[in-house]
Amino acid sequence: MIRFEGVQRHYGSVAALAGLDLEIADGELVALLGPSGCGKTTALRILGGFDHPTAGRLLVDGRDITGVPANKRDMGMVFQAYSLFPNMDVRNNVAFGLRMRRQDKASRLQRADELLELVGLVEHADRYPHQLSGGQQQRVAIARALAIEPKVLLLDEPLSALDARVRAQLRVEIRNLQQRLGITTLFVTHDQSEALSMADRVGVMQSGRLEQLDTPENVYRHPATAFAAEFVGAMNRLPGRMGDAGDVQVLGQRLSVLNPDGREPGAPVQALLRPEAVSVVRDTAGAGEVTQRTFLGASVRLEVVLDGGQKVLVEASSHDVGVEVGTRVGLRILADAVVVASPGVAPDPEATPVVA
Amino acid sequence: MVAIGTVGLGGPGALGGGALIGEIDEAGAPRPPAGRRWQRPPAWRLVILVIAFLFYAFPFAAAVKYSLVQSDGSFGFNNYSQIVSDGAVRDSLYTSLEISAIAAVAVVLLMLPTVVLVRLRLPRLTLLLEGVTILPLVVPPIVLASGLAHLQGSAPEWLVKLWFNHPLTGLTPTYVVLAMPFSYRAIDTGVRAIDLRTLVDASRSLGASWFMTLTRVILPNVETAVLGAIFLTVALCMGEVVLSSIMLYNNVLPVEMIQVGASSPGVSVAISILALVFVFVLLFSLSFLARRRRGSTSVRVI
Repeated sequence: MIRFEGVQRHYGSVAALAGLDLEIADGELVALLGPSGCGKTTALRILGGFDHPTAGRLLVDGRDITGVPANKRDMGMVFQAYSLFPNMDVRNNVAFGLRMRRQDKASRLQRADELLELVGLVEHADRYPHQLSGGQQQRVAIARALAIEPKVLLLDEPLSALDARVRAQLRVEIRNLQQRLGITTLFVTHDQSEALSMADRVGVMQSGRLEQLDTPENVYRHPATAFAAEFVGAMNRLPGRMGDAGDVQVLGQRLSVLNPDGREPGAPVQALLRPEAVSVVRDTAGAGEVTQRTFLGASVRLEVVLDGGQKVLVEASSHDVGVEVGTRVGLRILADAVVVASPGVAPDPEATPVVA
Repeated sequence: MVAIGTVGLGGPGALGGGALIGEIDEAGAPRPPAGRRWQRPPAWRLVILVIAFLFYAFPFAAAVKYSLVQSDGSFGFNNYSQIVSDGAVRDSLYTSLEISAIAAVAVVLLMLPTVVLVRLRLPRLTLLLEGVTILPLVVPPIVLASGLAHLQGSAPEWLVKLWFNHPLTGLTPTYVVLAMPFSYRAIDTGVRAIDLRTLVDASRSLGASWFMTLTRVILPNVETAVLGAIFLTVALCMGEVVLSSIMLYNNVLPVEMIQVGASSPGVSVAISILALVFVFVLLFSLSFLARRRRGSTSVRVI
């Protein structure tokens, strides 16, 4: 088990990590998700021993490893940039860690071949890194990291340099491999779909803090904070008012609030609603008009402009929705609990998620 | 005639070496795809090529011919065999080779870890390092020479004994400093061309110590650049005259060559030719090593 205990990292007056507490269970894959500069890579580099915390402790199986140098930590790492040693062929790259552990040549090369078999590249064992594609290089890097049978696997955005098709494929492969070997893994990414699809638990980070750490489903459905809500998935911001019983009134409906945070009744707030948590009904006396319609296959994404000028994104099953651009519609909220944000706080532009 | 021989290796020789390294690098660069049809180069290129070839070949051929003329006017290898039989020349050659070898090793041991350290941990010192390493070119050699000569004259006896009594101890540290402008730049360019941080992190995470990381990961990937630095250092050590003669080290090759040249010019030219051949062998082995890993990204030496 890995434990970050109040780990801080300051660069001058800038806090890259402002007190991180995180536990990763054996065999678990935790993804740290956040915009660039949120401290996720710093956390990973500190665990790998490449950076040192200004304060706090780092425990692996109860042992304090805060002061242990990187080469004594037994952690396999896969980097964002291609990191294979250009002067060695694939087999020797994979065997490098074992060579550093003074394993004899025959057995380490055999072990390298086993691992290349695992990532499906055994026939490329004699090639040099520059003769491989990006996806192949990252697979070799994974084999190399696994060859030393590390306690922990560290993945630093290993897929971000690859093209979309290879990325999707490797995502599945890495997850399968990780589950099969049961290796504890910390995965750092800024791609929410990567984090949601691969991780056992997702940690959403902002400004050096962990905003939420939960299963992918909970992070998506029950975000703990406005930031977590808006960073993961597309989000509508609809104006509302706090009610008396920790609820909020939006578009004439009462919804319970996931993060009341002591807001006064009657205080103006903005409710954060996912496009699929809103539905439309054809209604000539409805509150808005469809201004855009995008057919996505299984679903249809609609942009509805309310009479007050407020835009609402709606995603609905393409079987149910028969509305065209220009149709007057009424809106109904399907969710019964929402996260609210204080009005006027514009979403961080960098945190604006890519609408998948 | 003596001048022709020494130009190859003398003070300006270091710069000449630089130009040659540039050519090697071209050889290591990616070549056009095989199978591209060979086209006859235009005539004017051939003309320029021939003129350039003659420009270099003619003095060299003249020097070779001159070195083969024996004292009685007949052709033979007397001048060459005299190099071997003349104890003073042989000893000075050995001394210069020893100085070259020690200086080359010292340059790599000093420069490679320094460059890696500055790139990884102290990037703010880059400018300072660039400034310091260029100093031997900015300060005229004669200033350095007179400074050292002054020190030689005024230093306590034990220091003179320890440092100045032998050219090995007297000249090698000085040559390491003199070679800094070339060795630093050669190695720095090589290190810039690789993704140093990622390679170092990868190597460290796989359990390699700093020593192993330097020798097994960094060094092989900046091999060409390090060889370039070594070559420039050797060329400097084998050809430097000003400092060694001012500091009265007469038993090193370049000074010995001048002395021999005064009495038997044939032998002096023969030494120059051998020295030139030595440099060519060095160059070709360098380009061979650089090309050994074909297709790998070429590393600019200078």
